Amino acid sequence: MLNYIIRRLVSLVPVVIGVSILSFSLMHLVPGDPARSILGEKATETQLEMLREELNLNDPLVVQYGNFMGKIATGDLGESIKSKESVASEIGGRLPATIELTLFAMTVAVVVGVLAGVIAAVKQYSWFDNLSMSGALFGVSMPIFWLGLMMIWLFSVELNWLPPSGRLSNDIELTTITNLYLVDSILTLNGEAFVDALRHLLMPGIALATIPMAIIARMTRSSMLEVMKQDYIRTANAKGLAGRLVVFQHALKNASLPVLTVIGLQFGFLLGGAVLTETIFSWPGVGRYVVDAILSRDYPVVQSTILIIAVIFVLVNLITDILYTLFDPRIKLD
Amino acid sequence: MKKKVLWMLLTLFALMVLVVAGCSSNDEANSEGDSDNQDTTDSAEEGSGGSDTFVFGRGADSEQLDPSKVTDGESIYVTNQIYDTLVRYEQEGTEVKPALASEWKTSEDGLKWTFQLRDDVKFHDGTDFTAEDVVFNFERWTEGAEYVYYGYMFGASEEDPGGIIEKVEATGDYEVTFTLSEPNAPFLNTLAMPPFGIASPDAIKEHGEDYFKNPVGTGPFVFEEWKQDDSITLSKNEDYFGDAAKVDTVIFRVIPDNGARFMELQAGSIDAMNGMNPQDIQQAEDDDALQIIRRPSMNVSYMAMNTDKEGPLKDKKVRQAINLAIDKEKLLSLFEGIGKPAKNPMPPSLWGYNDDIEDYGYDVEKAKSLLAEAGYGDGMSLTLYTMSNPRPYLPQPKFAAQAIQEMLKEVNVVVEIVENEWDSHLSATENGDHDMAFLGWTGDNGDPDNFLYVLLDKDNAKKGSAGNIAFYKNDELHDILKKAQTELDQDKRTSLYKEAQEIIHEDAPWFPIAHTTPPLAVKKEVKNYIPHPTGSEPFNYLELN
Repeated sequence: MLNYIIRRLVSLVPVVIGVSILSFSLMHLVPGDPARSILGEKATETQLEMLREELNLNDPLVVQYGNFMGKIATGDLGESIKSKESVASEIGGRLPATIELTLFAMTVAVVVGVLAGVIAAVKQYSWFDNLSMSGALFGVSMPIFWLGLMMIWLFSVELNWLPPSGRLSNDIELTTITNLYLVDSILTLNGEAFVDALRHLLMPGIALATIPMAIIARMTRSSMLEVMKQDYIRTANAKGLAGRLVVFQHALKNASLPVLTVIGLQFGFLLGGAVLTETIFSWPGVGRYVVDAILSRDYPVVQSTILIIAVIFVLVNLITDILYTLFDPRIKLD
Repeated sequence: MKKKVLWMLLTLFALMVLVVAGCSSNDEANSEGDSDNQDTTDSAEEGSGGSDTFVFGRGADSEQLDPSKVTDGESIYVTNQIYDTLVRYEQEGTEVKPALASEWKTSEDGLKWTFQLRDDVKFHDGTDFTAEDVVFNFERWTEGAEYVYYGYMFGASEEDPGGIIEKVEATGDYEVTFTLSEPNAPFLNTLAMPPFGIASPDAIKEHGEDYFKNPVGTGPFVFEEWKQDDSITLSKNEDYFGDAAKVDTVIFRVIPDNGARFMELQAGSIDAMNGMNPQDIQQAEDDDALQIIRRPSMNVSYMAMNTDKEGPLKDKKVRQAINLAIDKEKLLSLFEGIGKPAKNPMPPSLWGYNDDIEDYGYDVEKAKSLLAEAGYGDGMSLTLYTMSNPRPYLPQPKFAAQAIQEMLKEVNVVVEIVENEWDSHLSATENGDHDMAFLGWTGDNGDPDNFLYVLLDKDNAKKGSAGNIAFYKNDELHDILKKAQTELDQDKRTSLYKEAQEIIHEDAPWFPIAHTTPPLAVKKEVKNYIPHPTGSEPFNYLELN
């Protein structure tokens, strides 16, 4: 297993190179001039040219790519063209916000999705099955920006239950350690901040969770239905095991492999796909940051952030693969 | 087995944390010594945190808080609170009034400007403001291309870093003298622009590259905290030399989505906002708790016709015909109530506006006969370049292009629309690739020169960096505009500019489209919110009930 993991980690190298070439060439293929986007429409051509020279934008693309990868190899993600800050520090401030949102959304999606899927499968064609599966269909097809705006309107404007945006109220003090506010408030035993951070997380978290939740519920249901028809389940039932035990111990475990795959993929998808949610709920995360960087042609930011997200995506999938062996001991990774 | 797997998972998780932490730890190293967004104590804001806090919601964050290096409105909005300029614009218009300078005089030949400075001003870091500080700032702005507005307003370049400002000297502790290489009538108006806010030399030296995150000026508000993509907090300057602020704290919050921002205003968590969805304007007007305030226009949107390219548009009659063939009223319905039709290249809020000029009007028959006279009665085809994204002066460029395409069909002109993303649109039009192209302009210093000379003089019709994308070259106009630049008598300048507008109207290098008045939605309990035509206003006058 260790060998396997090492192999997979080594295989990260070609992935990183591939992703970097792809993101680099895509960014440079798209028309647009970083110098122009920094200096604005009123800059003179001389000013633009001076800045291009300063930013080495006049070098051949191969040289630019080489410089970029050379820096990456030494762990330097480069500097934002626009803000002149190190990309690492800019991402460092935003990635935890995105990760917190994603983890929260995935937790909601998995707990609710799996439970709903199991119940729907066990009580096939019951009112619950029909209701939850039409709910899931609704969830998959719901545009997130619409859902988000409706939630803000209902829970913030009309009912005034939840804060419409941001991560924390301004009168709440919180010492940050990991920059995951929920974790930090637990670590510093700050109950007030925990409640406040959770209240801020609820709406964006649930909005972001709807699509994966729906997909997970449907996947769990169909996978469970298949397993429930197997002989060993009939045997387990026949020998008088409690229904709950059969469902959760015998059936769910075997039904969980495809669900796990979906969860792994969705997790990676959410990391990069939280842009809309972050925009609607003014969540200062990495998705919005990359989109802004793309619009302003901030090459180093786009390339480095995409690389980091790609690495995390690969790691998440690796974890998923290892989890397979937990659920199904017959799977050998070596 | 299970244990082993769990172990591996734990290791992998640790690896992932490392990736994330790698970023964060770098961050700590970088922000050492700064008092900015990555402090150990972190507090986010939400809501109008008390009656003495004014929260302004907007769509994007500032880029830098060093006004000399930025061109985005969102940066200027904030720096306008932190810094003062030698002179400031009056509250509602673009006439200037004393600020850091209490009085000033010009030499006969218009080459020397002497400013008497206030002697009771302190920077937010406690240091005294003196003439030397003004000199320091002006010299700093000549140091490189990143000081965009200096280069652009004073004509500085690599060879001539000072531009028209030959010398800035401290001729006393509180007296500063500018020597210009040529008389420049808009000079005073230009000095009032927020990019020329005077910063504390001590703070600039102390923070170096990071100064833009730690701005120190003399203005009505003191910088407190910047959380990127989230908020900027300012507090009242208790020792302000001018009208002290009536609110204790100002928070600029980033809420990217227009609809979400409006809902926050309705929910009461912000006090004012810009960037409204047109469909929300009526709703805000109907809301008892809200008011809509329109910013006076200092912009213009236009369709330029490339007079330099071989083809029909070289002919004045064709350009006039196109002006006649487009129904401006109809086109303006695309502005969703925020646009007023334009007939001149400059907005009516500026002095020197020639209201006697009569717009071409919509007359298809006359257009047809003009085209026939010019020899294009059988028709022709032209490209129309448009940007893909909305601009403050042109909310729906694509629809506007399609509307014009349809209207020009009536006079046998086939229009091919070329849509480009903003950057590409700018470089294509500056290079003169287009026959016709949309563009617009937001004024900088409230002087007619900043519209007419920048956008229509032959000096600015150079390929590759053209402000004049009609590439319109008229020597008579050039003489008038040059004369107006050096004439210091305002009445004489006014009549020169009126004359200039007549020439432009006759030659028709543009189809002027509109001047827009962008709406702000503000809570009714906010009093004295007076939007300035330049696009941002100091918040020291506003009050919360």
